[in-house]
Amino acid sequence: MAKQIEVSDLDAYYGSHKAIEGITMTIEPRSVTAFIGPSGCGKSTFLRTLNRMHEVIPGAHVDGKILLEDQDLYGPDIDPVSVRRTVGMVFQRPNPFPTMSIFDNVAAGLRLNGRISKSEAEGIVETSLKDANLWNEVKDRLNKPGAGLSGGQQQRLCIARAIAVSPAVLLMDEPCSALDPISTLAIEDLIAKLKNDYTIVIVTHNMQQAARVSDRTAFFNLAGQGQPGKLVEMDETSKIFTNPTQKATEDYITGRFG
Amino acid sequence: MRRPAFRRSRGEGPFRFATTGAGVVVLAIMAAIAVFLIVKAIPALQANTSSFLAEKIWTPNATEPKFGIAALAFGTVISSLLALIMALPVAIGVALFISHYAPRRLAGALGYVIDLLAAVPSVVYGLWGVIFLIPFVQGPYTFLNDYFGWIPLFAGDAVYGKSIMTGSIVLAIMILPIIAAISREVFLQAPRALEEASLALGATRWEMIRMSVLPFGRPGVISAAMLGLGRAMGETIAVALIFPATFDITFKVLSNNGNSIAANIANGFGEATPIGQGALIASGLVLFVITLVVNTAARLIIARRKEYSRAAA
Repeated sequence: MAKQIEVSDLDAYYGSHKAIEGITMTIEPRSVTAFIGPSGCGKSTFLRTLNRMHEVIPGAHVDGKILLEDQDLYGPDIDPVSVRRTVGMVFQRPNPFPTMSIFDNVAAGLRLNGRISKSEAEGIVETSLKDANLWNEVKDRLNKPGAGLSGGQQQRLCIARAIAVSPAVLLMDEPCSALDPISTLAIEDLIAKLKNDYTIVIVTHNMQQAARVSDRTAFFNLAGQGQPGKLVEMDETSKIFTNPTQKATEDYITGRFG
Repeated sequence: MRRPAFRRSRGEGPFRFATTGAGVVVLAIMAAIAVFLIVKAIPALQANTSSFLAEKIWTPNATEPKFGIAALAFGTVISSLLALIMALPVAIGVALFISHYAPRRLAGALGYVIDLLAAVPSVVYGLWGVIFLIPFVQGPYTFLNDYFGWIPLFAGDAVYGKSIMTGSIVLAIMILPIIAAISREVFLQAPRALEEASLALGATRWEMIRMSVLPFGRPGVISAAMLGLGRAMGETIAVALIFPATFDITFKVLSNNGNSIAANIANGFGEATPIGQGALIASGLVLFVITLVVNTAARLIIARRKEYSRAAA
């Protein structure tokens, strides 16, 4: 079930350093939202606040409100572990578990949710790998280590692992930046397919990629070194890339800085 | 005369010579020790009127020398294995606490204390075992014997402080710091990317450790355990003080039994005849072979999982 995310007035800190400030936005379900902006603008930090991964870094904390449908992710009685089961994440570098087989990698999240039968696991692993466009390449070697796959395959394996637990939201932190163009294309095709079922948020440095895959785009910027990053504007992707309202957005997408 | 365009840089030769030399010297010393031990052991083994491998008696100083390694080797292996079984879970727990649970300042202090424990001389542990532990364990041993006597390990008519178990407890305490220290280092190196991978799937901290940290640290923990086992098997003074120096083979670890190759050497070398010394040296060679086997086994265990261990981290 894809869900809507509503962020209001969110600040995130590393210790006493404020990394992002005053973010308010709505992320629509069953669509792809892209975050773009120069390095250090806080887009990855913001992404990590959406599944409470930000706070696993010692000293990091968050101030503000994030609603997933009607549930406050930072409510006092919310367990971050359960948030992360609902909001999945794919990282910049493919990170399959090196000691696990392809099958076990995909089943890893399932097994956290308690015992499941072998046949049930087999079914979910197969659908997840099919949804991740990886099934045909690995179906004959499910018991081989996941680390033996190519970089692009590993990243699709990580996507399969993330969607196997059927999350409501899928966060992707520059998922293609460590991949070659062909693998990148495979992931982008996959994103286009997955948005039918999930709320997808993708951080990218590649503006063509944002233009290709996303429905809405948010541009982040920071006033200067050491200043917190802020949301400059957010709109339909076509509007951001053709007719942005802010000067800074236009300067960035036309390559004048960043 | 023309100078060659690509001259070998000047430091290369002497440096290569120095490093090669250092490597050769180590091998030469090893070989010299082995040859010395074998040469000393052969006359004693020839004078032995009994089977060296099977005999459970140690009277090499008699006019008809009789000695065998069986009981000593058994005592060495069982006391060390028991020590490892007791020490390993605690050491892993301590290491995980320091690397993943404790607040940073406490972790630093605790790590320092663990390293300090590793530096305590073994005779101190031995004295502690004799003076404190032997009287102290009487009660717990009686309890084990009364209620768990149906387990062969704890069976027996009576329990004694001077037993295999007490030696194993002291050995366990002695090898705990080294296992904990190495495991801690390995756990600290677990890649952040792998930890985040499991956290992002909704793993609790313990599940994250099981999915990401322990599999990554496995080869290191095995190495640490083997180092600890090696240290336990070679440990001399502490167990020489505690073991009653019997020559029986028994699994009843609470009974008045216990001996080891190293303890036997320490106890007997002073008043040994030349044949007696040769016999002790022969037993030392056996200890050497046992540790070699243990180390090889550990390497095989690690290599078996190689396909999975070239971590893409």
